[in-house]
Amino acid sequence: MPFLVIEGLRKTYGAVHAVDRLDLTVERGEFIALLGPSGCGKTTTLQMIAGLVEPSVGRVVLDGADMSAVPPNRRDLGIVFQNYALFPHMSAAENVAFGLEMRKLSRTEIGKRVRDALAMVGLADKSDRYPRQMSGGQQQRVALARALIIGPKALLLDEPLSNLDAKLREEMQVELRQIQSRLGITAILVTHDQHEALALSDRIVVMNGGKVEQIGDPFTVYENPATPFVAHFLGKNNVFAGEARDGVLHIAGRPVGLHLATGRVLVSLRSEKIRLIPDTTDALSGRIVSRIFQGDHWLFRVETAAGVATVLRQNDGTEPPREGTRVGLAWNESDAWIQPQTESAAAPSAPETEQPIWEPAEALVEA
Amino acid sequence: MTKVQSEERRSAALLLGPAVLLFIGIGVAPLLMTILLSFNGWHATTGIDPSISFRNYADILSDGYFAQIFLRTLWIATATTVICILIGAPEAYVLRRMSQPWRSIFLMVIITPLLISVIARTLGWAMLLNGNGLVSTALQGAGLSSRPVSLMFTQTGVIIALVHVLVPFMVLSVWSALSRMDRSAEGAALSLGASQFTVFRRIVLPQALPGILSGAVIVFTLAASAFATPAIIGGRRLKVVATEAYDEFLHSLNWPLGAAIAVLLLIGIVTVVVGCNRWIERRYATVFQ
Repeated sequence: MPFLVIEGLRKTYGAVHAVDRLDLTVERGEFIALLGPSGCGKTTTLQMIAGLVEPSVGRVVLDGADMSAVPPNRRDLGIVFQNYALFPHMSAAENVAFGLEMRKLSRTEIGKRVRDALAMVGLADKSDRYPRQMSGGQQQRVALARALIIGPKALLLDEPLSNLDAKLREEMQVELRQIQSRLGITAILVTHDQHEALALSDRIVVMNGGKVEQIGDPFTVYENPATPFVAHFLGKNNVFAGEARDGVLHIAGRPVGLHLATGRVLVSLRSEKIRLIPDTTDALSGRIVSRIFQGDHWLFRVETAAGVATVLRQNDGTEPPREGTRVGLAWNESDAWIQPQTESAAAPSAPETEQPIWEPAEALVEA
Repeated sequence: MTKVQSEERRSAALLLGPAVLLFIGIGVAPLLMTILLSFNGWHATTGIDPSISFRNYADILSDGYFAQIFLRTLWIATATTVICILIGAPEAYVLRRMSQPWRSIFLMVIITPLLISVIARTLGWAMLLNGNGLVSTALQGAGLSSRPVSLMFTQTGVIIALVHVLVPFMVLSVWSALSRMDRSAEGAALSLGASQFTVFRRIVLPQALPGILSGAVIVFTLAASAFATPAIIGGRRLKVVATEAYDEFLHSLNWPLGAAIAVLLLIGIVTVVVGCNRWIERRYATVFQ
């Protein structure tokens, strides 16, 4: 029996559906990420699970019990908020102790459990500090300890790492996942950061405009996007306008592979799936306009007749082609995601990813 | 010192000049003259005599008549402050939870007492509070009293009128403390199992406390030194320190004694305010910046 069931959840503000007919089933101990651009309804969904926002339609069933009539203070959920929401007038230990005080535990029991919880997040020596005296990462840990100490049925995380700097964020991702799997607690993470969702979760729920676009494990969602939105939201993506005729796919007039259907199509390709090869007549050709070294990989921008392509190449220790070099772009046919070009199939813009470029070939004059 | 620095200093001095002159002219100078005056002697036939002594202070501190006036002032100011806290703090919390445009509308409503002239406002209260007024009629109509009830010339009447005009200061002060507060902290407390009342008591109230205390300092100061309201509602029968000082100046013409009363009121208020500030700073230094 699933641990958390969300059925037909909808929240309407005026005429706007912030969340629209959301269905989700979560198993015990699973780590779920709600991923999407800002305004996609992911935080509203989390708040409805927490009981802080009342659904317009639909219900949340937690551990077999309908939560509709249960107020937030009796749902037994641990929540970590984006800005941590620590109580500024209480020390770290007092913050962590709050949930246990509400449960009327004895003073000695609270003291012992608070020490354990702070030790678990590595803050054993900071128990007397006030939130303002702590760094963002430390406040984050206090918030996590405070949410976990009540032994919640599930852990709800609302953009918990977005206020941390990049290095700390990666450390906390690892730590968060370790703590979650050690405790075996069900966790629901809200994030707009695809790396965070991919790195942490067992399954990702990609949301857009209040609706679910795709639910799946990170690898599947990344490799086999169900909708154009998912394809463009995850990873660095390139989109080329192409035309298929006589079983051959052409981009900018060049034959680039086989394709059975006939007509105008959009070809989506992840940056890391494109290879730079010597310029030949049976590959999309272009000129390298920029080459950025990023340590573990190189990032190229290649100007082609079908638009500018972003190409990512692992740093294998050899020097790649320089700027200005003419190159061909090649890829495995299974890595290309081809769909018929219709008005509605035009890729939606995804703010957190690179804007795809799919101008028709004639719009670009090669230099 | 470089040339640029000295020029900067000169322009800073020029810019500050008008404010400094104004402050000295209408603040420091009259205050010093009042303090000096309070040490002078006075005689009913010869008027002010320029000798220096502590006689005025000794007279005030040893006379039960003055003690009663000072105690009454302290009581009125304290009661006004407490009532302002009880009304103003919840009002600010409710106001903060309101959505626009209601929040702006009600904020305007709350500060209206400050926009009405003190005379019009106080005479309005006089009309409400006297034996034939609305309050009396309502009490009789409700069967709570068999004869006219006049709150004129009573401490209750003075306190009601003072609360009316001073509560906006409390609301604004608490409001500014609450606006620094993170709303999601309330959600966090709820999720940890706290009831709405516990959230208010344990999370909201402690964070509003600096605002409540600074609001209390403002309200207490203004209530203790209020003149027009006690003069009209309290009248001759119910003197407070400010009206007593006024009477010494303008009716007894004993300026030195009036000055000494005013100086003692100033000392009293400054003591309370400085003491409170010290306490607030010590208590909340680590938590609030």
